[in-house]
Amino acid sequence: MLAMDYRGPYRVRLSQKPMPRIEHPQDAVVRVTRSCICGSDLHLYHGMVPDTRVGMTFGHEFCGIVEQVGSAVETVKPGDHVLVPFNIACGRCHFCQQGLFGNCHESNAQATAVGGIFGYSHTAGGYDGGQAEYVRVPYADVGPMVIPDWMDPDDAVLLTDVVPTGYQAAEMAGIQPGDTVVVFGAGPVGIMAARCAWLFGAGRVIVFDMHDYRLDFVRRYAPAEVYNFKEVDDVVVFMKKTTDGLGADVCIDAVGGDAKGNFLQWLTGSKLKLQAGSAIPLHWAINSVKKGGVVSVVGVYGPTGNMVPIGNVVNKGITIRANQASVKRLLPRLIDHVRKGHIDPKAMITHRLPLDAVADAYRMFADKLDGCIKPVLVPHG
Amino acid sequence: MADDTTPRAAVALAKTRSPHLVDPATIPGWGVDADRDNDPTYPMRDQSRDVGLTRDWDRPAGQMPDVEILQSIEHVRRPAVVGTSSPPSGVSGMMRRAAFRWSESNWLHWLLLLGADRVNVVEGVVEDLAQARIPNIPAETGIRAQIAFNKRGLAKKTVVTAGIAALAVGLIATRRGRGEGASDNVA
Ligand SMILES: [Zn+2]
Ligand SMILES: [Zn+2]
Repeated sequence: MLAMDYRGPYRVRLSQKPMPRIEHPQDAVVRVTRSCICGSDLHLYHGMVPDTRVGMTFGHEFCGIVEQVGSAVETVKPGDHVLVPFNIACGRCHFCQQGLFGNCHESNAQATAVGGIFGYSHTAGGYDGGQAEYVRVPYADVGPMVIPDWMDPDDAVLLTDVVPTGYQAAEMAGIQPGDTVVVFGAGPVGIMAARCAWLFGAGRVIVFDMHDYRLDFVRRYAPAEVYNFKEVDDVVVFMKKTTDGLGADVCIDAVGGDAKGNFLQWLTGSKLKLQAGSAIPLHWAINSVKKGGVVSVVGVYGPTGNMVPIGNVVNKGITIRANQASVKRLLPRLIDHVRKGHIDPKAMITHRLPLDAVADAYRMFADKLDGCIKPVLVPHG
Repeated sequence: MADDTTPRAAVALAKTRSPHLVDPATIPGWGVDADRDNDPTYPMRDQSRDVGLTRDWDRPAGQMPDVEILQSIEHVRRPAVVGTSSPPSGVSGMMRRAAFRWSESNWLHWLLLLGADRVNVVEGVVEDLAQARIPNIPAETGIRAQIAFNKRGLAKKTVVTAGIAALAVGLIATRRGRGEGASDNVA
């Protein structure tokens, strides 16, 4: 079968790989119908995530038709069109029992800090991902969900990560009615976090980014007040001034370690790898949130450590909340929001490309070319 | 006081003002998920079924992988399901095995893995060549997308790369020249 094949930083191609097999009684093999490239795939693409092995297939946002199931699979059957959450979760362990499906302890041998994630390096379990014709899906009774008849598969594929991650960013922010919410990053997750902040009752939603075309999109889509941080002298001072001197009630980091906007952070984080990615949005968030406020982090950082003003976290009494989205826990609620028209996920898709254009799709998304917000790869399209 | 550009409902609700305020009344689903009980432990509330990891619970059956799986030393045992993509091999594999002698809190663990990733890239090229395949690196880096949408950036990058290469060649040539001169003197 054909699959995306990582060859090193900035180098990916389509290669022939062996068909995935049933390796555990709860496995399924799924024929991929749609697969997205995610902003967090760019951390892999840039070589920032330790234990990203040559030959691996990326892709944690996909949906497809169940082709084959293991002997213990009961709830999905061949022929079902399913969306597959990016978390690999057993559904039974201490963490899954509490709805923390993003923190499963039975899906990642290589690390305990993070649960298994499709196509996301060996640090997240060493599973091949969905940017391929076929993919192995463990715990097929737990994660995958049959796509409702009425739902567009383009909406479904965004429910595997982007929508729940953006939604959980807003949920963890503990937004109270009237709150001023700032989102750093107008990528798909930031766009969705801004949109969902309203669902939690925000009174004012502000988004910072450096790409005007993305800011234009989120200004209309969320809708939100938008600012290009390159045109703002000092983001933190700007935020204080626009909030009566107090700072925002809530700051959301929807960027993670690939951030730009501060030379020292970029040099030490993105280039020299002295810290686990450049922590610019996190730095801004901690310093622009008001005392007693909440910083919600969904941006992806590496496992080692980052330069953040932790002293200010203490002095200001900030609550930091963060997690990988628990997709399965949120799906029923989010499907309801799509049905009622509260969110329109597929509006974020700007590019549809065949799987064999995978190298160009990565470059286009990484370099923000052609107004790209969310690219989808279609294997048999 | 609201100015003309500030919608009314937003004024009533938002804690701060801005000429760009959005009126929440225009947003479908505004406030439907507001939850005053959302506190920092959410959703980790139900600890009643905390059975740890080693006590008796309905643990999934264990997978029997047929490839080498490296395992964090922080695990009390191998997780029930494991990924079998790209098992460790070659020099990078040796480095990865070494890395797993240290825990996830040790920098050495991650630095060795990052180092192994770089070695692995070279191994990937060697593997391609061994299969009589010359990797099409421009295509792998998405040059078609750059030609289509970013000619100027690509040109700049090419000029910079060529410049650095020329400079390097020049430096090496000068060094060589000097080296030869020195040996001449000795002779
Ligand atoms: Zn993603
Ligand atoms: Zn679990």
